[in-house]
Amino acid sequence: MTEASNYTASEILAILASRQLKDGQVVFAGVGTPLLAATLAQQLRCPGLTILFEGGVVGAFVEAGKLPPSTNDQRCTKRANMVLGSADVLLLLQRGYVDIGFMGGAQIDQFGNLNSSFIGDPAAPKTRLPGTGGGNDISSLTNMIVAMKHEKRRFVEKVDFITSPGFIRGGNSRRESGLPAGGMFRVITELAIFGFDETTRRMRVLALNPGVSREEVQDNTGFKLEFDANLHVTEPPTTRELQILRQLDPERLFTA
Amino acid sequence: MLEAQLEPYSRLRENLAARDRSLREKVMSLEEAAGLVQDGMKVGIGGSTMSRTPMALIWEIIRQRRQNLSCSRCIVSTDGDLLFGSGVSDHIITSWFAQGILWGLSKVMRHHVETQGKRYEEWSHMGVGMRLRAGGMGVPFLPMRAMLGSDVMRQRPEAKPIDCPFTGERLLLVPALNPDVALIHVQRCDAYGNAQIDGLQFMDIDLALAANKVILTTERIVSNDQIRRHPDQTKIAFLCVDAVVEVPYGAAPHECFGIYEPMLKHMDAYVKQVNADPVKGMQEYLEKYFYGPKNWNEYLELIGLEELLEASQRGRSIYND
Repeated sequence: MTEASNYTASEILAILASRQLKDGQVVFAGVGTPLLAATLAQQLRCPGLTILFEGGVVGAFVEAGKLPPSTNDQRCTKRANMVLGSADVLLLLQRGYVDIGFMGGAQIDQFGNLNSSFIGDPAAPKTRLPGTGGGNDISSLTNMIVAMKHEKRRFVEKVDFITSPGFIRGGNSRRESGLPAGGMFRVITELAIFGFDETTRRMRVLALNPGVSREEVQDNTGFKLEFDANLHVTEPPTTRELQILRQLDPERLFTA
Repeated sequence: MLEAQLEPYSRLRENLAARDRSLREKVMSLEEAAGLVQDGMKVGIGGSTMSRTPMALIWEIIRQRRQNLSCSRCIVSTDGDLLFGSGVSDHIITSWFAQGILWGLSKVMRHHVETQGKRYEEWSHMGVGMRLRAGGMGVPFLPMRAMLGSDVMRQRPEAKPIDCPFTGERLLLVPALNPDVALIHVQRCDAYGNAQIDGLQFMDIDLALAANKVILTTERIVSNDQIRRHPDQTKIAFLCVDAVVEVPYGAAPHECFGIYEPMLKHMDAYVKQVNADPVKGMQEYLEKYFYGPKNWNEYLELIGLEELLEASQRGRSIYND
């Protein structure tokens, strides 16, 4: 494989996220980077990957250059296997048909909880954010991969509001809250790949992106990070990965 | 917080018993249909985000200057902005509220929620769905396994976590949602209200069953013979429907599957204007596009032929190959 030399932060995000997927998986994808990453995986390595959208799409087929503007538009349905009501496609998560939920994130904490509802005190919010959409359902009911920008204000010790639950307060608190299945599996940023400790459920660095130091990751994170004993450096994007990605989003709607 | 939001089963049954459910013509004008929506009602809105939004009805309700509507929709786009910004609604139940992923946060929603005391009542997407399904089933609640452990649940005392009487597991009960009136836009229906929906149906079937009154707008009215040739395509039956209005491009500037995609130039300009100034920008938008035009066709003229045609070309292209 040829290594690519020039790529944007959004591009490496989509490429590393796509590598987390396995052929045969059923993936519930949000629009933007998650959808790009899932489609990239489908085209490169995982022809048997099934993509679901919360608008009600089972087995989507995304055309290069025609990315849907949301998961509820007609473009999501083209050449899909089936369309369902949106409550019914979400119920597939509850029944257990979905292997991976794949979303972006606005704010995340050390236990992988996501906030997309409020900045500041929810009773008198500084900023009212758009809210959960299907995010809460997906993260409550399956294993999650989150792809997001790495900034200190986005990686906080405790989110202002748990919109989409990760491991809540760590340990067994997710299970004890009534969420026996799923949980945060991976967080992908332009700096590193993160997993979660089996016992404490705290976020830990599994791999650094090419050219990124431990200090750089820690300096951009609002809580103390642990580093995995087998910490390694991720393989850089290949020219092939980059080429397919750019074909998918030629107008750079999601990879600028 | 816990309002008298559950309609007693006896009243739901009485309301339904009083409705004329016969196979009869219900075609009326947009003005008449919007008149069925009265101040203070709970209004269920069909479609999702930018898809099959019953925009013409929302447009006419805003022109008729209704007040205190409590609106619900699975996911809200610019329709939510317009309902808050025009003053017809001060309460919106939904799972996601912005103009669209392409545009980031809605400054209109932020203005009205952060400084004007209007309520954006947030449920998970499935939570909205289970509430409408319970409403459509005639039961007071349904159990679900999402929302538990989150602050979304903690903000909703109307939802009750319980220990399952069969397994002892933790479950969340969400209350039925039975809107006073549902507004639903479809590709085609007959004069009786037999509605066929192409593409994504979202939560419209549950919504139609749950509501105490249903108003359909439709791209075209077809004959009952045509409906009977493909009864498997009928998604909403005439016996749920109280009014039918033929409104071509009735979801503009949003999309209607197979007919037109979103009118993105108009949407871009709208978002730029209202996010720059959520009060004045919105007022000017409403004056020009909502209060100004004599009728719906004039509104479409303002959006412009070129944009309508371009959106139609993209919309119809789904059937090209």
